[in-house]
Amino acid sequence: MTQLALVIDLNVCVGCHACVTSCKEWNTSGTAGALADMNPFGKDPTGTFFNRVQTFEVGSYPNTETVHFPKSCLHCEDPPCVPVCPTGASYKREEDGIVLVDSEKCIGCNYCSWACPYGARELDEERKVMTKCTLCVDRIYDESLPENERKPACVNACPTNARLFGDVNDPDSEVSQAIRDQGGYQLMPEWGTHPANHYLPRRRTHITIHDDELVRADNPLNKERQLPMPDADDPTLDETTSW
Amino acid sequence: MHPAFSVIFLTTLIGAGQGLFLALYTGQLYSAFKLLPVQDSANYYVLGSLIVLVLLIAGLVSSFFHLGRPERAWRAAARWQTSWLSREVIVLPAFTGAVAAWGLVHYTGWNPLLFTISDTYEIDLSLVVGAAATLLCFFLFLCTGMIYACIKMLQEWATPLTVVNYTLLGISSGFILATGFAAWQDSGLVDFFGGWAIFVTILAFMTRTASLIRNARIRHKSSLETAIGIRHRHIEQKAQGSMAGSFNTREYFHGASQRNFKYIKWVFLVLVFPLPLMLLSIGLSAQAISLLIAAFLIQYVGLLAERWFFFAQANHPQNLYYQTV
Repeated sequence: MTQLALVIDLNVCVGCHACVTSCKEWNTSGTAGALADMNPFGKDPTGTFFNRVQTFEVGSYPNTETVHFPKSCLHCEDPPCVPVCPTGASYKREEDGIVLVDSEKCIGCNYCSWACPYGARELDEERKVMTKCTLCVDRIYDESLPENERKPACVNACPTNARLFGDVNDPDSEVSQAIRDQGGYQLMPEWGTHPANHYLPRRRTHITIHDDELVRADNPLNKERQLPMPDADDPTLDETTSW
Repeated sequence: MHPAFSVIFLTTLIGAGQGLFLALYTGQLYSAFKLLPVQDSANYYVLGSLIVLVLLIAGLVSSFFHLGRPERAWRAAARWQTSWLSREVIVLPAFTGAVAAWGLVHYTGWNPLLFTISDTYEIDLSLVVGAAATLLCFFLFLCTGMIYACIKMLQEWATPLTVVNYTLLGISSGFILATGFAAWQDSGLVDFFGGWAIFVTILAFMTRTASLIRNARIRHKSSLETAIGIRHRHIEQKAQGSMAGSFNTREYFHGASQRNFKYIKWVFLVLVFPLPLMLLSIGLSAQAISLLIAAFLIQYVGLLAERWFFFAQANHPQNLYYQTV
């Protein structure tokens, strides 16, 4: 069974918000209606976003690391938001595992957003229905687009290639290999939601050098020194043997 | 969580309505088994069921204010197999209908004798309709409580105590109202309802305190480390992904200061339990209707605070992504 998902490489993300703006740009033109933009030039601008980038500082100065953390719906394999929905507006697609909200059925009761531990759902202030990342379902199957553009808008926009898109249930896909080879992990595994989206951790390129690698361990001269040194007036090897 | 007044009014109003119905029906059941004098049905039960209906319908109307798209509310009955909210949406009107039928049986007087138990106790139609309504009533308490208790991520709610408290606080509120109602109707059941009201209120005090103690000692499963998957004891958030607020900063935070939050806890602990108990016992001994009605009204205000605190106390794991709200 296919399970489409994003794999986000925290080692590469530079926090430029290109995924945020491209997501908003694509999805505000979606068939479900525009994403609200309240008070955009006022004091407290707010609005609907399917994807947000947060920034965390790990460690204490001077040993700190800045982690940019893009956050959107994780398209859980066991989504807690789906069974609680009273209308069936919230559903998970059988064919590709994308979790969606039917904006025609949603009554805007917010109950699904309570059940999501990640806060991945936002009630649109203008349309008054629950909204969330659709993995650009209206884009990835669009055959009028060139094949290399049939990816979520955020993936296309990412300038550092920090976002990978594919089927995490296919062991040979790019995303599955990245998860396996680069230590991909899920968020809040304690809730048993089995998020499909994975994150690749920050990693430093380390090389561990042991002391015995700095000296030639197989150097025969060094080996001999481990034995007691012969006295200075003892005959040398050359004197006692006739080659 | 952000306490929504629509839900606060919904749960407190239907709780009082359900409790009042249970009180009236308990009285009727006692009368049928000849433990209490029979009530004059025309005024007493009809008026009583009307009050229950007003409370239930007021709660239902209030719940509509919680919806972004109230015109689609009918769709909420669709997923009763999986969703407790959907079950509540079905059971609330069903219970309202059963209470209306029960009131109608009393109003019309068309109350045929259905059967007798050991030739002494007569079981008529109103008793059977009332029994069905009682079942629905308890199922409604279960649905309302489970809406909150079934979300395991909200650990403050995910306990059987949530269902127990919704049930006992509703019954307490309804029995206190029944005490006042019986005094107003001069029905002779004042002491009966009053005694039960005191008993249930004390019971509710114990279970609500138990949940407060449980929640004070709660250990949250999620941490910022599991939220972003970075193992480090010192992580500081520098940006939340929005310039001002977002749905995430509004829906999941109660927005009150820590001082007011604690203050409201003490307000509800005083208004819901000791004060109504005091007014009840004085009102019962002095036969003062005004004190009994005051006990209900004061407790209702306290229940609004209790429900506010119930919502505000729940700490959603998504708040970990919003460290500086």
